[in-house]
Amino acid sequence: MIALSINGKPHRFDDGINVAQVLERMALNGKRLALEKNGEIVPRSRFAQETLHDGDKLEIVVAVGGG
Amino acid sequence: MDNLVIAGKVYTSRLLVGTGKYKNFAETRAAIEASGAQIVTVAIRRTNIGQNPNEPSLLDYIPPSRFTLLPNTAGCYSADDAVRTLRLARELLDGHKLVKLEVLGDPNTLYPNVVETLSAAEKLVKEGFAVMVYTSDDPIIAKQLEEIGCIAVMPLASLIGSGMGILNPYNLQIIIENAKVPVLVDAGVGTASDAAIAMELGCDGVLMNTAIAAAQNPVLMASAMKKAIEAGREAYLAGRMAKKLYSAAPSSPTTGMIAASGKNQAA
Repeated sequence: MIALSINGKPHRFDDGINVAQVLERMALNGKRLALEKNGEIVPRSRFAQETLHDGDKLEIVVAVGGG
Repeated sequence: MDNLVIAGKVYTSRLLVGTGKYKNFAETRAAIEASGAQIVTVAIRRTNIGQNPNEPSLLDYIPPSRFTLLPNTAGCYSADDAVRTLRLARELLDGHKLVKLEVLGDPNTLYPNVVETLSAAEKLVKEGFAVMVYTSDDPIIAKQLEEIGCIAVMPLASLIGSGMGILNPYNLQIIIENAKVPVLVDAGVGTASDAAIAMELGCDGVLMNTAIAAAQNPVLMASAMKKAIEAGREAYLAGRMAKKLYSAAPSSPTTGMIAASGKNQAA
């Protein structure tokens, strides 16, 4: 198991999981979003290739109302 | 045609609006429609996790196919955070480059930190963003932001969300005189006359959010703002009459008066 921080909260997943699988597990696949891993953007095209490791920090953002 | 050109794209509306502070997405969309705005700001925030995947999202109501979205850096207090936020926004919106930069200095007044803003602007312009930058009404900072390569400069009328209107029309006038890029008033507009005054001063556009969203009737206020922007722009293009303390130039003829009766005559 690996421990990830996603939007500031701890989550645990199986070893070798990738970003696309995490998004699917969290019911976020298909949503328009952007994702940073440890401060670096992971392009949408790379979600399935980007393997995650213990201690990785993800920020997942969307567009919301604002001025 | 008197159109607004931003980053090479032509817009017929000079009113730009935010999407915050509305009751719900339907009201947001109705107000934006009534305003006639074509450019609409959005904020970038963490998604809720564990939400119902069929929950509607803002972009369902404000689709990028119909509106030009302007992601902002609201809530950023450092150049680094602003730059990170806009890189995420660009990824989120499929490479979209047009952005609104704002770096705040103080959570109470929400006054911009112009030093961090200059730093962020430089980085963002280098990375190929088309930056519309929110700033104070300091004419020197406004010109520096333009020289860095921002494609529009957006000085405040007064503090964000304050509705105080234009507090320093003289600074705004100086900024407009010196600018070679579009100048849009952003922040502090409260009612229709504020927007009209901004346009009469020669602004290229006005960006507002609270003035519409916090009105008792946002859709009606949005309609008022649309008209105010148009009226102010026409008055500016028409070239107003001179202001004088007094003029001795009545609008009616001074000859052909009937004989005065005796009392209370002009000398």
